Amino acid sequence: MHSEGSISIWFFIGISLLGNGLLILGAGLYQLVHPPAEPVVLFSLHANVWWGAVLAVAGAAYCYHFRP
Amino acid sequence: MNRLLSLAVPTHLVHLAPVDAVIVVFYFALVLVIGFYLKRRANTSEDYFLAGREMTAWIAGLSFLSANLGALELMGWAGAAYQYGILAAHWYWIGAIPAMLFLGLVMMPFYYISKTHSVPGYLKLRYGESSRVLSAISFAFMTVLMSGINMYSMALVMKVVLGWDINFSILISSITVAIYVGLGGLRSAIFNEVLQFVLIWAGALLIPILGLIEAGGWSNLRLQIERNASTEYTHLWGTLGSFNSNPMGIHWTGIVFGLGAIISFGYWTTDFLVVQRVLSAKDLRAAKMAPVIGAAFKMFVPFIVILPGLIGIAVLPMKLVGEGVAVASGGHSYNEVLPLLLARYCGPGLLGLGVTALMAGFMSGMAGNVSAFSTVWTYDIYKALFHKNANDQQLVRMGRWSTIGGVAISIGTAYLVIHFLSIMDYVQALFSFFIAPLFGTVLLGMLWKRATAAGGFWGLLAGTVSSIAMWAWVKVDPSALRYVALSPYARDMAENMYRALWSWILCVIVTVVVSLLTAPKPASELKGLVYGETEIPSEGELPFYHRPVFWAGAVAVVFILLNILFW
Repeated sequence: MHSEGSISIWFFIGISLLGNGLLILGAGLYQLVHPPAEPVVLFSLHANVWWGAVLAVAGAAYCYHFRP
Repeated sequence: MNRLLSLAVPTHLVHLAPVDAVIVVFYFALVLVIGFYLKRRANTSEDYFLAGREMTAWIAGLSFLSANLGALELMGWAGAAYQYGILAAHWYWIGAIPAMLFLGLVMMPFYYISKTHSVPGYLKLRYGESSRVLSAISFAFMTVLMSGINMYSMALVMKVVLGWDINFSILISSITVAIYVGLGGLRSAIFNEVLQFVLIWAGALLIPILGLIEAGGWSNLRLQIERNASTEYTHLWGTLGSFNSNPMGIHWTGIVFGLGAIISFGYWTTDFLVVQRVLSAKDLRAAKMAPVIGAAFKMFVPFIVILPGLIGIAVLPMKLVGEGVAVASGGHSYNEVLPLLLARYCGPGLLGLGVTALMAGFMSGMAGNVSAFSTVWTYDIYKALFHKNANDQQLVRMGRWSTIGGVAISIGTAYLVIHFLSIMDYVQALFSFFIAPLFGTVLLGMLWKRATAAGGFWGLLAGTVSSIAMWAWVKVDPSALRYVALSPYARDMAENMYRALWSWILCVIVTVVVSLLTAPKPASELKGLVYGETEIPSEGELPFYHRPVFWAGAVAVVFILLNILFW
């Protein structure tokens, strides 16, 4: 939905994905440098790094495409 | 689902890092910003109650699905998959897909062309005031109670998962919902439902991916499930030949005729909570496409709900148990399987997103109930019974007040449930009493011109009363289960299936008999309401890939393939 003069819902989705993605990516990068004492299962895959990056890229694309 | 609501484990499952807390706060801030932003676009009743009827098929479709994809749903069905195996997927496939496609292709044209604001509103147009009032009062009452149960459930899950105080959770969630629905109306609820849909997938998708990696792929996962539980846990249809050959104690006739034909059709085609989202579509084609899009996504929800339950059987080091045993032994219950996997795989950041997805699910569940309550209260009770000449501004004002009132009653219900936990069982049972007969009444109204006002009202009443009577009969005399559910081995879910089937059949019989004995409405009064008296715009000029029927066919083919694949 994107009527004249209004902000599309997809822009808000983009903001959410971008913000969350950057926060998760940041936390993942921090853990790369400072590995936790009690890591989660499959920590070696660094899911928060690549998942955070995927969310951030998707969010940035949505923000750009549906910018007001 | 009720079992989830009686969680009472004193320790909490996960610990949030500062970055997780920031993600949770970011979600609340974004939701409130959306509510305040949309206030300026909620000036007329059409804006406030139907989001201006300008939603695209995608928005309406995702919102339609999302209204049903709450956190209670996610955690409860993941727990059911741990307890009953892949049989739980029936509630996402045969228990949803055929009904959603039927709504889009067959029923939506009548709802949309009649320009009704609500399902009780359609009953008024088709059958008259008495059917509308019966349906509206029962729906409004039950919806607001369900919203309270949702609120209580969220508070309890937050206590178990995060250790939060119950009063704090109830206060925060109710204030947030009251603000964003009160300000922006249905449009705000829909925006947040779509946001919640994305957050749930973003927050939950990693669990099955990492779980499959840990288990060594689907084939190895099946072997581990068969070793840790039983071979019955990985078959969708193969074990349904008799009541006692599967973990759920159900027969295939219950799944096909009770769940697939009645309960799911009743819920997906007549529960105004979900139908309201589709009524907001911008045109008839969007309204027909929305349930088809919802069905396409619904087919893949088991990937983030059922699969984690199965992964839990294979990889979790502890054995999960029922609520009663969990409370007595200090162990973990079935319904904790999703938070346990979240804690197992998700480090800082991802954990915050997962917890936010759960919160978003609860909040939009509440918001969906409150916005549907507000519409039915304003149009079908306030305007119909108390203020027939209310103007547009008065309706919007009443919508805002009833939203706040709905939230206030929900808070009251939440605290009532804290003190009298069994209320929840009764409320959820009561809700189910109305759905199956209502489907019979609406379906006959749309497809049979001869159905009369008296037939509709007495059929609806007979179906509802018979459902309550059957439920009470089994409560008083448990041996009656062999008659109601056709087997003394049937469990609760099987009983619900058959009760729905009988009440629907009775509703249809009474509606037909009474209609044949009473005078029909003139054809001129049925225009836009009934098959044969409604001109449905042709889609002949559209290319095939723009037609809802083409995409419904594609969804149906995938649905059949999935059932064969996991037979």
